[in-house]
Amino acid sequence: MIEYLTSVTFVVLMAKVAVIFGGLMGSLAYMTLLERKVMAAVQMRPGPNRVGPLGLLQPLADGIKFLFKEDIIPANSSVLLYVLAPVISLIPAFMCFAVIPFGPELQITDLNVGVLFIFAMTSVGVYGIVLGGWASNSKYPLMGGLRASAQMISYELSLTLSVVGVLMITNTLSLQEIVTAQAGTWFGFIPRWNIVLQPLAFIIFFISILAETNRTPFDMAEAEQELVAGWHTEYSSMKFAMFFLAEYANMVTGSAMASILFLGGWNGPMFGPEWLQIWVLPTAWFLAKVFFFMFLFMLIRATLPRIRYDQLMAFGWKVLLPLALANVVITSLVVALT
Amino acid sequence: MIVETLFFLFGAIALGGAINVVVQRQVLYSALSLIVMLASISGLFVLLRAEMLAMVQIIVYTGAIMVLFVFVIMLLNVNDDDDNTDTLRWPKFIGIPGVLFLLAMLSSSMWQVRIDPSLSAVDTGSAEAIGISLFTDYLLPFEATSVLILIAIVGALVLAKRDL
Repeated sequence: MIEYLTSVTFVVLMAKVAVIFGGLMGSLAYMTLLERKVMAAVQMRPGPNRVGPLGLLQPLADGIKFLFKEDIIPANSSVLLYVLAPVISLIPAFMCFAVIPFGPELQITDLNVGVLFIFAMTSVGVYGIVLGGWASNSKYPLMGGLRASAQMISYELSLTLSVVGVLMITNTLSLQEIVTAQAGTWFGFIPRWNIVLQPLAFIIFFISILAETNRTPFDMAEAEQELVAGWHTEYSSMKFAMFFLAEYANMVTGSAMASILFLGGWNGPMFGPEWLQIWVLPTAWFLAKVFFFMFLFMLIRATLPRIRYDQLMAFGWKVLLPLALANVVITSLVVALT
Repeated sequence: MIVETLFFLFGAIALGGAINVVVQRQVLYSALSLIVMLASISGLFVLLRAEMLAMVQIIVYTGAIMVLFVFVIMLLNVNDDDDNTDTLRWPKFIGIPGVLFLLAMLSSSMWQVRIDPSLSAVDTGSAEAIGISLFTDYLLPFEATSVLILIAIVGALVLAKRDL
């Protein structure tokens, strides 16, 4: 026990944890700024530009504001669940990053059931929203929580089924092995990414991720015009900030999963000395892919209107789910025949 | 050492959660205790090197079935003022002897179990091992279960929508 705690592997592991979670917290803060800037650019506004040069200190100001705001617990709410709900949504959202490979070495742990671990954590995160809505003892949050649970159950099915095709091709559940299976190229110029083999699965996966992270056009759980702010209407101060952080962490997880499963993860052109090829370039390629998806999330939020609740359910069950099932059947036939 | 500590920790949480499911008066808190219990059982699966089973436990029970439970409880908005304890006094007289009987059975069977140390090394918990045994030795029960679930789904649809 003591030998392990003082060994080099343990120190390296702790360093990885510090780098990944430190980087994550910092980038989550700046994602909020980026989102506001992207929204502003689409709507031809300047966006936040008062705090610091180009508004770059805005996340800091927001953080201080969250810390010092009054923390309100509504009367007649169930206090225990009300306090617990933001924690329940934040912790699973962060735990996902324990298995995400940022590079060939930069990964906290390579579980042999990594894909399932991510799905398990995202499905636990739903409780934060559901319980937050229920514990507030207020009608709009309750509606938001109900919508969130119904929506997440519906879209989790097509999300999981869309990944099955990829798993059948790569033959593994470990995220690191899925990435290494996509190394190299076809005919010298087409990267061996799963998106080439599974284009339909990629589209289903991306749409389901939008719904799972409660983003426009599927943000029924917090639809401003109908539900004030949905499940977090009653929340203020750091509790609200925790919900906010969890939402952004889930977006990053979704983007990372899309990159790992379909866009080859940290694969990309490699050159230069060995340390560059192991520690710098893969992480840079991976972060570029994640950033691309995050940008897409923001662009979609800025351009698409919210769809109606019955349309959302009908789309999930009558369009996405049959398509995902068909994809599984076709992929398994092809895999069995070749 | 660490494994034993974690075993007793998860076991205690699971037991506490299970007891709280029964003792709790509010339906939602019962459901939440059940979730805690199921999650700590998955922790026990991890300690048994059955990672696949642990994850499936969380995804299926905690993530899907219990979300539906909580959803229904919230949708019906079951009132905690409805105290049904008066009408349900008789289960005590069946339940307590039943629990004692079960405990006696469990402890007597535990007494007879001889732990074979060579068993722990066998890899039965990986996704591959589970897949192979499901599609070879247990193919018929597996397929029969899926048909059973299909029947349940169709039955639920027929009950819910009579004018289909």
